[in-house]
Amino acid sequence: MFYIHCPYCEEHREEEEFHAKGQAHIARPADPESCSDQEWGDYLFFRDNPRGIHHELWVHAVGCRKFFNITRNTVSYAILETYKMGEQPHFTAEHPDGKPAEKVAAEAEAVSRQEGVNV
Amino acid sequence: MQRYSGFGLAKHALSHHENWERQWRNPTPKKQYDVIIVGGGGHGLATAYYLAKEHGITNVAVVEKGWLGGGNTARNTTIVRSNYLWDESAALYEHAMKLWEGLSQDINYNVMFSQRGVMNLAHTLQDMRDVQRRVNANRLNGIDSEVITPERIQEIVPIMDCSKNARYPVLGASWQPRAGVARHDAVAWGYARAADALGVDLLQNTEVTGFKIRDGRVHGVHTNRGDIEAKTVGCVAAGNSGVLAKMAGFRLPLESHPLQALVSEPLKPVLDTVVMSNHVHGYISQTDKGDLVIGAGIDGYNGYGQRGSYPTVEHTLQAIVEMFPIFSRVRMNRQWGGIVDTCPDACPILSKTPVKGLFFNCGWGTGGFKATPGSGHVFAWTLAKGQTHPLAAPFSIDRFHTGALVDEHGAAGVAH
Repeated sequence: MFYIHCPYCEEHREEEEFHAKGQAHIARPADPESCSDQEWGDYLFFRDNPRGIHHELWVHAVGCRKFFNITRNTVSYAILETYKMGEQPHFTAEHPDGKPAEKVAAEAEAVSRQEGVNV
Repeated sequence: MQRYSGFGLAKHALSHHENWERQWRNPTPKKQYDVIIVGGGGHGLATAYYLAKEHGITNVAVVEKGWLGGGNTARNTTIVRSNYLWDESAALYEHAMKLWEGLSQDINYNVMFSQRGVMNLAHTLQDMRDVQRRVNANRLNGIDSEVITPERIQEIVPIMDCSKNARYPVLGASWQPRAGVARHDAVAWGYARAADALGVDLLQNTEVTGFKIRDGRVHGVHTNRGDIEAKTVGCVAAGNSGVLAKMAGFRLPLESHPLQALVSEPLKPVLDTVVMSNHVHGYISQTDKGDLVIGAGIDGYNGYGQRGSYPTVEHTLQAIVEMFPIFSRVRMNRQWGGIVDTCPDACPILSKTPVKGLFFNCGWGTGGFKATPGSGHVFAWTLAKGQTHPLAAPFSIDRFHTGALVDEHGAAGVAH
């Protein structure tokens, strides 16, 4: 049973309140009309399926009903962090122990193209 | 190979069954093979067997990182059926069903295939419509299937709560009499023994760590026991297919999820068929030993840990107890998870890949066991000829770009 910290409610709640929604940070093609079949198929169906650190989208379905992201290890199931939409992960496959502080600051500047984020 | 028979059993009884020969060799890897199959589960072993038997290709290695049949082959609920909706998948699963019917004789190994019938329950009006549609589609494809009433269901399974007052009343079911169950381990062992007898090398504890790819063509695999060369490589690795694809430099439209099952303490015979319900989500059968085998749903998140989450167990057991109040005090013995590679359309991928000579057989998701003989048969043809078998053609990886999906979410036993 996961005990998940919702970054919006700022509380730990039980797994049953949440639904997993698959891989996070999938950018919708800027101009879907001009996508090739290849690009559109890749966007719709093809997913990273890593053994190890994975960034995924979850929804606090019976809580605040907001979407947010989790960085989780798909082998040990350890939840490394949860973060709001539009934010970038601190733990990644390249930096399993967390990114250096200056890199995090630089990324915070970058505009997120994640779906559902109004920048 | 020492053939198994009733006479052999009697003969070996004289020596206290101490002189049975080993079922397969444990060879050291050769430097080079004609075909390498990555993954020694049911599908991989079946592929190796049919390659040797039907196509005369016996210089074959099955490379398995653990032990034979130790993954999903040993972790499923052993249900075999072929009542799929669309022509493409019905043809593939019915091909498997026909092979199941002669399998024990073919490989001289009792796989305990028991055609005890499978029913898929309907609990709502829409369920009923879907059942009728699927049964009609099955019959047009020559697959035995019928719609049965609650009265008939009650006759077949007297212990089920078919009363009108149930929380989710049973309105009817689809019924496939030729469907049933088989002994999952025996399937892997039987294929392994038969393939080994034809000269196939089964390499256990051999993990593929990479592919040798030059000029867009596969030349072999790197393993923890050295490099092995082959011009044709077939990957049949279920949940780990995505990891292998990444090694070969492409992506698959797969997500690996834990799917779990559980068995109870052994009981006296009480259920002689297989009952599945998509709506309340639980499926159940009873083994010859007496255990109730119960299948749960997949966990919603990706995972490679071969265990499932407790909320899913709870949800499934609620459904089972709702259908079978008699089981409310049965104790569960064991619970485990397998890693299933689910595809967006709940259909498998049997396909060439961007790398020449490298083929993938994956994406069987929550329902691969029933297809074991058919999958192996068709994939062996594909590897032998270097082109896709006609039955496998609709299941090419191209369908995720052309849009020609084969949507079997309704016929798949597990919602995902």
